Amino acid sequence: MTRPNDLLIEMQTRMLRIRKFDERASKMVKRGEIPGTVHTSIGQEAQVVGACMALAEGDYMTGNHRSHGHPIGKGAALGPLMAELTGKATGVCGGKGGSMHLADFKVGSLGESGIVGSSIPIATGAALSSKVLGTGRVALAFFGDGAANQGCLYEAMNLASVWGLPIVFLCENNQYALSTPAHTVTAGVIAERAPGFAMPGIRVEDGQDVLKVHDAVKTAVDRARAGKGPSLVEVVTYRFNEHSEGLRLGTDYRNPAEKEAWMKRDPVKLFRAYLTDNGITDSAALDALEAEVTAEVEAAVQFAADSDYPDSSVAFKHLYTEPFGANL
Amino acid sequence: MTVMSYLGAIGAAQREAMETDPRVIIMGEDVEANVYGTMGGGKSRADKGDFLQLFGASRIRNTPISEEIMVGAAAGAAMTGLRPIVDLSYSSFLYMAMDQFVNQVAKNRYMFGGQASLPVVFRSAMFFGLNTGAHHSDRPYPMFMNVPGLKIMVPATPSDAKGLLRTAVDMDDPVLSFEACILWGLKEEVDEQEYRIPFGVARTHREGTDVTIVGISTGVHAALQAAQKLEAEGISAAVIDPRTLVPLDSETILRSVARTGRLVIVDPAHTTCSAAAEISAIVAEQAFDCLKAPIMRVTTPDTQIPFSPAIEKQLYPDAAKTIAAVRKTMDARARAA
Ligand SMILES: Cc1ncc(C[n+]2csc(CCOP(=O)(O)OP(=O)(O)O)c2C)c(N)n1
Ligand SMILES: [Mg+2]
Repeated sequence: MTRPNDLLIEMQTRMLRIRKFDERASKMVKRGEIPGTVHTSIGQEAQVVGACMALAEGDYMTGNHRSHGHPIGKGAALGPLMAELTGKATGVCGGKGGSMHLADFKVGSLGESGIVGSSIPIATGAALSSKVLGTGRVALAFFGDGAANQGCLYEAMNLASVWGLPIVFLCENNQYALSTPAHTVTAGVIAERAPGFAMPGIRVEDGQDVLKVHDAVKTAVDRARAGKGPSLVEVVTYRFNEHSEGLRLGTDYRNPAEKEAWMKRDPVKLFRAYLTDNGITDSAALDALEAEVTAEVEAAVQFAADSDYPDSSVAFKHLYTEPFGANL
Repeated sequence: MTVMSYLGAIGAAQREAMETDPRVIIMGEDVEANVYGTMGGGKSRADKGDFLQLFGASRIRNTPISEEIMVGAAAGAAMTGLRPIVDLSYSSFLYMAMDQFVNQVAKNRYMFGGQASLPVVFRSAMFFGLNTGAHHSDRPYPMFMNVPGLKIMVPATPSDAKGLLRTAVDMDDPVLSFEACILWGLKEEVDEQEYRIPFGVARTHREGTDVTIVGISTGVHAALQAAQKLEAEGISAAVIDPRTLVPLDSETILRSVARTGRLVIVDPAHTTCSAAAEISAIVAEQAFDCLKAPIMRVTTPDTQIPFSPAIEKQLYPDAAKTIAAVRKTMDARARAA
């Protein structure tokens, strides 16, 4: 697959945005500047961006608790995301969602979910409306290897297949669900479950390579848009941080040698090397890009800091359309 | 006006909604074959009014027996431009989709700061009183009253069913419709023209001065029969049907209780945390001074529903139990006087 240079640069930009945003968020959690906790996508940027950028602007996407990367990958503005993490009124959800429940409908992000697996049916429904209304949009559902053992995934895959819905089921196999190694709770290979539902199952073994992810997901997206129905794409990757920031799971559950080997495959560094090795851009330009993204993240943090908390009345808003009482 | 059954009225509302708005679709198990009789026509594809014939397979969708995806996909579709009506057949099957109802349908508009709208209706029938045993006899609306974000309708008559369902489909909020199977055959004159009944507006079936009887779903009919018998005894009973439990028209109930000083609530749900329990609490909090007697709940005792016809029916509220409850409230005044 040939890709224009500006697309390649945009991939690196979005991966950097996720990396810098999540590094900053991690610090802020530890300093108490973000209430609660966050789950970072550090180490999984290629898997996120490769998938998001295979989608068109108007396409739909749902995600999970490891949530910031998805809307960032889909092109969401950073300021309202950071303001959401800090519980501010200018947050993308007005301060009512928080880290695990980001949504930015402007970029087709229909919502992350704190309940493992629970957003998969929502993406399936978005694909249904695309099909019935003939809008040509594709939906993509992000979920982890842990979520791959939720029943709703298989209800969704079956329905999407019999109805020929334009959806991509994207399993982010970072090999652990919290402390549980995927292979200890998962029979067989996740991607190999797809043929049972009469759809292609693709396994991207090197999820640290953004182009490999992009290729696989693009194939699935094109297929969906052409009216040929759903696909399952499993991307093997690794999270570099703890399950959530500040959580101490101990060192035993992940083999240190394994961790070290994966940490060497940093998707941001790998793609930087690719861009320079192939003469797409040079180090100076990439340094400048990194500085630019860092500034963008700092501006987002500043935006959040400068924003007000929501008024207490907001706790009662948006539950229903207004007025709530007798209405026609 | 035409005579319609409760089921026919639901079918008429669905047909109206389908004809008016191409974004409305119907999905559910066995909807194509019109198994439950709310999908127009008859039992043959060739019958006049058959929904599949009228609206096509893209908008009339048979689903697999997968309630979780039915509910979740309808929610996702509603968030992106469709206005689905989901036929979940029996109310007892809603539990299969509890996560989607509680975590997605009810929360998405709120959690995402108003970005999402969920114009979707989930219809289900409560098969209690028909010897179907514990797995098919649930009246689970109170559980969902405890989930902010959902609206709930419990129509008791054909005309209410038609007007409420029409409103539900047009509304941008998720609605759960709990339809009582024993009312399916009930017939009355119904306006065949389009009309809508607002949510949150109770229907006062009878005015009365001695006691207020609030009936829910089948409880409305028990209340009406009781009121008629009580009239012969010189007791004047008001009968109010809230019609929607969320939003609840507590004002109409409070106004009536202010007049009568007595309240009996007839609700086929289990006693604990029933709709009757909630209405009792509201009246006790807001109209305590008006009460001349303790509030009485006529509900289904907190036991499961047995199969045997010999022991099922005794559990549900009926006119006799309602009359007994009213008498108790009247006696309480006698005692106090
Ligand atoms: C239904 C449900 N069960 C359990 C949890 C608690 N929990 C949150 S994240 C998580 C692990 C999820 O693993 P995976 O799906 O692989 O995603 P990852 O965190 O690895 O990205 C668990 C058990 C939850 N949030 N929801
Ligand atoms: Mg995982």
